[in-house]
Amino acid sequence: MIGEHSSKQYDQELEAIRSKVLLMGGMVETQFEQALNCFRVGDIAAADKVMADDHAVNQLEVSLDDACSHLIVKRQPAANDLRTVMATIKVITDLERIGDEASKIARTAKGLHERGATSFAHYDMIRAIGKNTSDLLHDALDAFARLDGKQAMAIIAGDEIIDHEFRTILRNLITFMMEDPRTISSALDTLWVAKAIERIGDHAKNIAEYVIYVVEGRDIRHSNPGKPVTQEG
Amino acid sequence: MATPAATSKTKTIEISGLNFFYGKTQSLKNVSLDIHEKQVTAFIGPSGCGKSTLLRTLNRMYDLYPGQRAEGSIQYRGRNILEPGVDVNMLRAKIGMVFQKPTPFPMSIYDNIAFGVRLYENLSKGEMDERVEWALKKAALWDEAKDKLNKSGLSLSGGQQQRLCIARGVAVKPDVLLLDEPTSALDPISTAKIEELISELKQDYTITIVTHNMQQAARCSDYTAYMYLGELVEFGETDQLFMNPHRKETQDYITGRFG
Repeated sequence: MIGEHSSKQYDQELEAIRSKVLLMGGMVETQFEQALNCFRVGDIAAADKVMADDHAVNQLEVSLDDACSHLIVKRQPAANDLRTVMATIKVITDLERIGDEASKIARTAKGLHERGATSFAHYDMIRAIGKNTSDLLHDALDAFARLDGKQAMAIIAGDEIIDHEFRTILRNLITFMMEDPRTISSALDTLWVAKAIERIGDHAKNIAEYVIYVVEGRDIRHSNPGKPVTQEG
Repeated sequence: MATPAATSKTKTIEISGLNFFYGKTQSLKNVSLDIHEKQVTAFIGPSGCGKSTLLRTLNRMYDLYPGQRAEGSIQYRGRNILEPGVDVNMLRAKIGMVFQKPTPFPMSIYDNIAFGVRLYENLSKGEMDERVEWALKKAALWDEAKDKLNKSGLSLSGGQQQRLCIARGVAVKPDVLLLDEPTSALDPISTAKIEELISELKQDYTITIVTHNMQQAARCSDYTAYMYLGELVEFGETDQLFMNPHRKETQDYITGRFG
């Protein structure tokens, strides 16, 4: 596929960046899964760990940004190399935000469980959206690792489902809150968690869009790429 | 008034089916491309790819060497300049050239510029003074040279000498300027000045530049042609070619994957 550079050093620098991005991706994926688990079982210590881990993710973002700047100044990348570096700078911003959202879920979970039992099955409410988003994030990182444009397109379509699920959760929670105001505080907590998950879906979609930019050189942001099928008839 | 889009579509030179031979060795193979008016076209590619040869066919510089010949068609002002009847001297006045190493004549700065003009035009002293000043201003050398017009052209720095050569080329009021690696012997500051000058000059002239410096092609050209082993691999708008080339061969070269 893509051959090696005349400069081995250049290849090594690109590879070092790539593997660090994947490391960062793995970290936020774990953070997200642990945060969901905290929300489910109320493990306070685990919630604290998710929040503490965010520091390492932030550090990786800083060091990757720095590595990308250095690569640009040293190598003046062009074509697919340039697109890879530009996409990397953006992908790590999304990854860092995913870390933030996971911390938010952990913090909310901690608060919810510290206040005591909830009157409705709070975890069941977000089980599906959590699972789907977790898969979507995994696929997005996979598509980035393998530079798979097809998989990236599927992820963009998948995010629409998550957005839809979020709106359903919102309606359900409003119903709970109207029926019994005592559920308001836990319903709001659940809503924050659902919102954070929905945002993680958006970040996964962004990553997929950058994969398409790297592979095809086409920027599909803000262009509704999943929809032209119905309009073309 | 012409819109920028319309002017950029006007072709100054149309090259089609161009083959070039150094004796028995073929160094250009069926090259076809258009040079657009008042745009900068860059030729890039590894050494020996034929980019300088292509540039040298555009004003028949190869005529100076026996055994070199070109076949095909280079249309300029309604005729094929490869045909035998073409007045090569007039052609070179209209399609001027600046070489890799600065080549000022061993004479004063003033005469370096006036020399070429005298070959084609009969100007009074006053008119010639004006022309010299105009050319030096065009080449962004006036401020540095105006107080030493009678000093030797060789007393200038390398970068100044190269701008003097550009002034010399501009002085005869050509249509096209051919620049053959004009900055490869210059330091970064002089290079920046020449590049700045290229963007100034393209207001009035069609420019074709051969360069080994890919960033230079990306910075100062509108169109780029990537050549390899005598063939034109890809030709297109510079922005597009450097961001997302169509051909894998082009991508490998501009990203430094060339083996």
